[in-house]
Amino acid sequence: MTAARSHLPWIALGLIGAFALATVALHRGESIGALWIVVAAVCTYLVAYRYYSLFIAEKVLRLDPSYATPAVRLNDGLDYVPTNKNVLFGHHFAAIAGAGPLVGPVLAAQMGYLPGTLWILVGVVVAGAVQDFIILFLSTRRDGRSLGDIIRQEMGATAGLIAQIGILLIMIILLAVLALVVVKALVGSPWGMFTVAATIPIALFMGLYSRYLRPGRVGEISVIGVVLLMASIVYGQHVAESPTLAPLFTLKGETIALLIIGYGFVASVIPVWLLLAPRDYLSTFLKIGAVVGLAVGILVVMPEVRMPAVTKFIDGTGPVFAGSLFPFLFITIACGAVSGFHSLIASGTTPKLIENETQARFIGYGAMLTESFVAIMALIAASVLDPGIYFAMNSPAALIGTTPESAAAAVSSWGFLITPQDLTLLASQVGENTILSRAGGAPTLAVGMSHILSQLIGGEALMAFWYHFAILFEALFILTTVDAGTRVCRFMIQDLIGNAVPSFRDTKSWTANVIATAIAVTAWGYFLYQGVVDPLGGINTLWPLFGISNQMLAAIALMLCTVVLFKLKRERYAWVTIVPTVWLLICTLTAGWQKLFHPSPSIGFLSHARKFSDAAARGEVLAPAKSVEQMGRIVLNDYVNAGLTIAFMAVVLAMVFFGIKWIFAALKADGVTANDAHVQPAE
Amino acid sequence: MRQAFASVRMKLDPLVCACRMARQTAHLMVGLQDYDAYAAHVRTTHPDIEPMDRATFYRQATDRRYGGGPGSAFRCC
Repeated sequence: MTAARSHLPWIALGLIGAFALATVALHRGESIGALWIVVAAVCTYLVAYRYYSLFIAEKVLRLDPSYATPAVRLNDGLDYVPTNKNVLFGHHFAAIAGAGPLVGPVLAAQMGYLPGTLWILVGVVVAGAVQDFIILFLSTRRDGRSLGDIIRQEMGATAGLIAQIGILLIMIILLAVLALVVVKALVGSPWGMFTVAATIPIALFMGLYSRYLRPGRVGEISVIGVVLLMASIVYGQHVAESPTLAPLFTLKGETIALLIIGYGFVASVIPVWLLLAPRDYLSTFLKIGAVVGLAVGILVVMPEVRMPAVTKFIDGTGPVFAGSLFPFLFITIACGAVSGFHSLIASGTTPKLIENETQARFIGYGAMLTESFVAIMALIAASVLDPGIYFAMNSPAALIGTTPESAAAAVSSWGFLITPQDLTLLASQVGENTILSRAGGAPTLAVGMSHILSQLIGGEALMAFWYHFAILFEALFILTTVDAGTRVCRFMIQDLIGNAVPSFRDTKSWTANVIATAIAVTAWGYFLYQGVVDPLGGINTLWPLFGISNQMLAAIALMLCTVVLFKLKRERYAWVTIVPTVWLLICTLTAGWQKLFHPSPSIGFLSHARKFSDAAARGEVLAPAKSVEQMGRIVLNDYVNAGLTIAFMAVVLAMVFFGIKWIFAALKADGVTANDAHVQPAE
Repeated sequence: MRQAFASVRMKLDPLVCACRMARQTAHLMVGLQDYDAYAAHVRTTHPDIEPMDRATFYRQATDRRYGGGPGSAFRCC
């Protein structure tokens, strides 16, 4: 009786959530309070955490409180340290929270707020949080081994090697697309460019300070750094208004791309303490602060969502990214619903610090729910804008032209009424020359955040400050990822080449370092530059490619989880990972197929290549090319993108093959065959 | 007097504890372990070894976090 009664509050919570969700889903009309979406999300998270994650913890994984975790067994005070679960939750959340959940939902808002909201909520509960939780558990049971190592251990060396190559390719696309987001945010924006450039000397100062003056005083130097950053935002306005300084920081996309590529190279060969570590402090704390600020803003200001629940662009004709709701919505919102990258984090430092394996539920499943909430907030921030503004900001110049008049006319003709005055007024309010065609998510999120935060603090006078604060925090965050990611890529390349030339593995070798870094930077730089000169804005092409790769990594990680469940003789419960694996395979393979063979040139790489090579054969020159030679380069880019898509699909299909092979082997075996640190009793 | 002092400290204890935890969380978010905990750990488990000093400890921690070895920072998207 009491047991039944303990469920009552949860049933109530579930009913409140269902009511909020129904309101969000069925509401038609002018606008709806963003709070409805927040309530629906929070209730979903709480109920899913209480019941589904408990089911996984008790029945599927059978977490064992008496199991001595690596942190306890190997405690060395350095890498393996039993850590309080709340502290570790913060660590894990900071590691998984990146720019992805902020960008994807903003792009997906072109289909309306409803499809994105539903996928974020369903995706995280049945796929994303499940993946993070189980991989964290698997790694904890294996002394904190990495995903690649666990795949090698459980699915053989060949599968391990294929996964390793897949991860490297994904890293390259990730770095290119994130760098592209920064370029898109900074083109022709002296204010933004100045503040981002100012982070470099600020970080160098912080690095020297904490190396030589006050080692280990992270709090102190971070406070100094944040104060300097805020000062640079304030001073940025002066730069933007100065006739002598503004031209110095008003740069074209191509220039910014080359600067970032050069920066990426330099930043990843100089010592980490000088630039990378201090930037990491700044971006981590700024991100946590901005996320908390946005949450408070949404709760206090209670903004109205003005985007329709569903727009006509679910048919695949949208200006932000091409392709219909299925499969492209599920590719666009990767992080926030399910992100394959998290499997690398969950098998990184967190499993080495976990005090008791039962806490994997709170840390793995819980942190991912929190990340999902960040995605919901980004979706809200994009949806509180006037839809006309949203589409003017996110549509490529090829569709809406370059003047406020042409943009207003084009966007209004789609049914989202907006006047040229609205567009110029907003641009001046946020301190920019123009806000048109700033695809990539960051500027839209920044306008949305400044819309919300200025109602909280400062009113219209501070709109420009909040806008540039949001741009800075995203750019800083992404550049830290570019820097750290290039380094990770470099080690992966060294490791891969090391298979053939063992001396290349030596991480202290200066030659190997420079060569591998150059390869890494050239690889992502190629895609970045290609995206910058793309007339459709680049995000259009690259974001789906990134989404496909990230979701494919998730499919690989969940496949591994499935294999281990079979090896543990828990096939009864294997549906927990099979269902999301199959769904991700369907989405990514369909999306990959469409990116290759779709007859529309805006979706299919091959038909795009055909369109340009046919035109070139007729002697025509199509924009953005200005010569026949450039036409040839565009065709080449299409073939490279197509080749990469094929590589992603080949990697994931190979992993499916190995997965099925190991599942059958496990079914035939008599006992538990998983390489667990301590073998658990069979069913 | 001493008793009054102790009771004040008892009341403040949760606050001090929360502050310490917040500080520890912030440090670990950027991959830095607690130096005092490390030093205490080395002193109790390996009395024959002198723990690293604070500066060396943080230097090594920074290098390890971004150095590509075990536990290196794998920034997420």
